[in-house]
Amino acid sequence: MALSFMEGNEALARGAVAAGCNFFAGYPITPATTIFNSMLKMLPPTGGICIQGEDEIASMGYCIGASMAGKKALTATSGPGISLYSEQISFAIGSEIPLVIADVQRLGPSTGSATRGADSDIQFLRWGSTSGVPVIVLAPKDALDCYVLAVHAFNYAEEFRCPVFIASNKEIGMTSESFDLDSVVLPPIVERKIFSGNSYLPFEAEAKKAPPFLPIGGKTIVRQTSSTHGPDGYITIAPEVIAQNQERLRQKIHSARNRITLFEEDIKENSDTLIISYGVTSRSVEEAVQKLEKKGNPVSTLTLKTLWPVPEELLRKKAKLFKRIVVVEMNLGQYVNEIRQILCDKQVEFYGQMNGVLITPGKIMEVIENE
Amino acid sequence: MNSFLNKNRPLVYCPGCSHEKITTGLDKAFVNLGLDADKIVIVTDIGCSGLFDTFFNVHALHGIHGRALTYASGLKLANPDLNVVVTMGDGGLGIGGAHVLAACRKNLDLTLIILNNFNFGMTGGQYSATTPADAIVGSGFLNQAEIPIDICAIAKSAGATYIDRCSGLDQNLPGKIIKAIQHKGFSLIETLGMCTGRYTKKNNLTPKGIDQIIEDLPEMPGAIEKNQRPEYGERYRALAKERNVFPGAITIEKQIEFKDYQHQEVVILGSAGMRIVTAGEIVCYAGLCAGMNVSMKNDYNITVLRGQSVSEILISPEKIGYPGIESPSVVLALSDEGVQRRKKIFANLKPGTFVLKEKSVDIPETKADVTEIDFKELKIKKQDWALASLGLMAKNENAINKEMLNYALKLRFNEKLYQIALETIEKIF
Ligand code: SF4
Repeated sequence: MALSFMEGNEALARGAVAAGCNFFAGYPITPATTIFNSMLKMLPPTGGICIQGEDEIASMGYCIGASMAGKKALTATSGPGISLYSEQISFAIGSEIPLVIADVQRLGPSTGSATRGADSDIQFLRWGSTSGVPVIVLAPKDALDCYVLAVHAFNYAEEFRCPVFIASNKEIGMTSESFDLDSVVLPPIVERKIFSGNSYLPFEAEAKKAPPFLPIGGKTIVRQTSSTHGPDGYITIAPEVIAQNQERLRQKIHSARNRITLFEEDIKENSDTLIISYGVTSRSVEEAVQKLEKKGNPVSTLTLKTLWPVPEELLRKKAKLFKRIVVVEMNLGQYVNEIRQILCDKQVEFYGQMNGVLITPGKIMEVIENE
Repeated sequence: MNSFLNKNRPLVYCPGCSHEKITTGLDKAFVNLGLDADKIVIVTDIGCSGLFDTFFNVHALHGIHGRALTYASGLKLANPDLNVVVTMGDGGLGIGGAHVLAACRKNLDLTLIILNNFNFGMTGGQYSATTPADAIVGSGFLNQAEIPIDICAIAKSAGATYIDRCSGLDQNLPGKIIKAIQHKGFSLIETLGMCTGRYTKKNNLTPKGIDQIIEDLPEMPGAIEKNQRPEYGERYRALAKERNVFPGAITIEKQIEFKDYQHQEVVILGSAGMRIVTAGEIVCYAGLCAGMNVSMKNDYNITVLRGQSVSEILISPEKIGYPGIESPSVVLALSDEGVQRRKKIFANLKPGTFVLKEKSVDIPETKADVTEIDFKELKIKKQDWALASLGLMAKNENAINKEMLNYALKLRFNEKLYQIALETIEKIF
């Protein structure tokens, strides 16, 4: 057997390349820079393009332009950069531009700490755009996840024609670790649906679906716009056209939410407690649970890999069997209320920590044992 | 093709607005160049200049205020065959200034037409980056405390390879646009125009007045001799082509059978310049040679050759869960800075933990087994202390053994460095 050894950031870049990513633009920022470094090594030999933008806004703009020309684009940043991305994120959401955004989170608010981890941006990723259109956010827990979720992220971006976020964390991105790269089975690659009919309207789509794509620069003339548009890509003020488009933007992701639900579980039949977590924290949870089991206290776990859209059905189904639900997050409670809303018939306990260090398994054991 | 203008979308500018002449001038330029509609993309941003894309039957991307050049760059890099034309008002110029500078410096083959009409027309005539200090504008007195910029002069100093300036009403505008599009590299035309809706009446600006302003400003010759250089896309592609080896992942085969290997936590406390990270990697490689799972976290300052450098490594026969240090089995205390960074761990170290302390380093009180070593006396240079410490770990079989270390060194170094590393380590053996 052979194990590969790499940072989460390198694994994410490798996943992106495996997914067919052929364009990267980014701006250096700790702890995301090594994604940029990796892409700069990997894209030229595979015929892709890798650019350093003059700032974060420009990096997103380059990705948007390249994606509209048909490229599969990735960018990577952290809290201060994702803040700057915001206006372009709204554009990509509203105008259905596929791209993948890796947010290697660090401790916020604001400049915060460049080299301290936290799951700082979980709500920002969901709501850091105007209009409230749903987005897709995936959360890796380790380097292997970074690799695999990068492929899922590109697949979703292509299918739903939207930006997809990978909510990584300094503690994953900049930690090197071993995993069995060669035996990973990646999901099949999804490409965006290309228009094949006669008269192309760039935003004409089936209900609850993304419109088929044609690139800017192809034989058929394509319009793209950040303004409120009808199917033809021109500004519209017609309320019915606007309403239909807004509803479609919402439904294309909302109606597919069960399919987008990625997770891991460790359900023990003789346990009455379920710990729900995501990201690097779930590794501490797993270790705590192993130790608790040795002490004769079996506890089940649910690790969410898809945070947005909220996996409502999964949460309801899994929580049903348990008396006690505990949510653990590397922040002061950004996601727990989403869970509380869905499990409104249950008492949902919470432990969160935001001090620049990982939550230890010992701390989680304490939370579970001190009922 | 005798016009690319969309007959279903008549121009909607205020009567007398220079944008109209610039729109038809751009159309004439496209026609005279004999371009195909599918090889043109117009990229626009916000404001009256942002209407341009809607009037043409060519590819179009209309985006956020000031960001048009960023989309244009992405499009051009992705599809070098496209003729990419960006229109931008003095508003977009101000808010997107960084992108204008970057475009000048990059020299990607784009054409930027700046429609400078000295104010924000669409929002009600507020002052912009090009409004004269004595103009009457919709922002009250605020423009009186600032001065306007000369974007052509800025572009010249930022390395633009082609700069032209003219009135939006210039008879020769199509010819000027043609030359700009034909230029291989970034070209910028500043047109000075009449915003009849918001600006010219209040400020008594006439077409003649605009001609006078242009005459008073330094002349822009088109191609800027001193800035000529290869186009960015071509240069980029030539440079990228030389990078043709895909970097494979570091993958390490299990080489050694190590029965009953117990979970190990190794902490290396040193300073920048002591090759702490390299030592950490060697420990990881050693673990991988024995078929173990490993993880490594490093903590160092953003500045180079100053401050602490700490490496924390886990080696385990099991899959690694929590990637932090809980109960170290080995601590290498190689500098005071490093020890200070993790001084809290010493109080909780268990008896049996192997602590290696360089003679010159102070450590807090601990119950661990402390071995002191005088690297200076052994004539080992500071930059090799971490490596030499690995030798001692291997000798004592703490977390790694000699065989593991030997494999790891071979993997990490080339033959020459491997021999040098062995010499260092043998001083300890
Ligand atoms: S407001 Fe000014 S720039 Fe806008 S269309 Fe009217 S005259 Fe032209």
